Amino acid sequence: MEGKNVLTQTEIVAALEERHTPEVQQKLSQGNVAIAGLGGLGSNIACSLARIGVGHLHLIDFDRVDVTNLNRQQYFMEHIGLYKTDALRSILQKINPYLDIQTDCVKVTEDNLKELFRGNDIVCEAFDVPEAKALLVNGILEHFPEKKVVAASGMAGYSSTNAIMTKRVSRNFYLCGDFVSAPMPGAGLMAPRVAACAAHEANMITRLLLGEENV
Amino acid sequence: MINITANGREVILKSTETITDYLARNQYRPERIAVELNGEILPKSNYANTMLKDGDILEVVSFVGGG
Repeated sequence: MEGKNVLTQTEIVAALEERHTPEVQQKLSQGNVAIAGLGGLGSNIACSLARIGVGHLHLIDFDRVDVTNLNRQQYFMEHIGLYKTDALRSILQKINPYLDIQTDCVKVTEDNLKELFRGNDIVCEAFDVPEAKALLVNGILEHFPEKKVVAASGMAGYSSTNAIMTKRVSRNFYLCGDFVSAPMPGAGLMAPRVAACAAHEANMITRLLLGEENV
Repeated sequence: MINITANGREVILKSTETITDYLARNQYRPERIAVELNGEILPKSNYANTMLKDGDILEVVSFVGGG
């Protein structure tokens, strides 16, 4: 087969509808999700949501792709040195060029938080620094009490995947991970277990988009 | 004596205290946590002026690094 095989929007929507049913696909297409942090968690979550056709993705990260990211993040060697927002957008556009992808190459602060997330329904916390996690979760729950927050804590190493879970902490606040495993020497962040935690976040977001609020 | 539920567990406090004091006593790091009191997020600015009372339901999430 020759050529890049870029499908039309009609073709890819038909394929998604065949997989998911038109009713489900319509809800996913209307989904509006911010992904804050585009590293091990965020790049994986973004790819999953793009693959199922979530219509509106807002990608936020200030950083560039580094060689040490490749052991768990969805970037390739050709992306090293690029801003993660640019690199990830180009990857997602290869999956489905018809999604609405917005990017902000910024660090989230208390000052810019309200403006950044104003237009999104679900906020996915995918940072690596615990202070940043706390800042984002507190900020969204305080300023946007009707938005859903899906966050993560504890996914390092290669101990049992079964310890990773999703917890509904409160009405609009979901937390994924094992809640304890921070990176340590010999038990750092590694693709399989990070992806498991990312999948928990991505599936919880999918559930929310499809009207399911329980874990 | 004050009975509260903290992270799903029944806890008996000898007397009331502020959220700030509760967090310090339990060795939480305030910059790495989110506190929900009776189902609502408690803004950080209110930790020092919120007193625990009988029947309160407290959830303290302590974030660890990695992602």
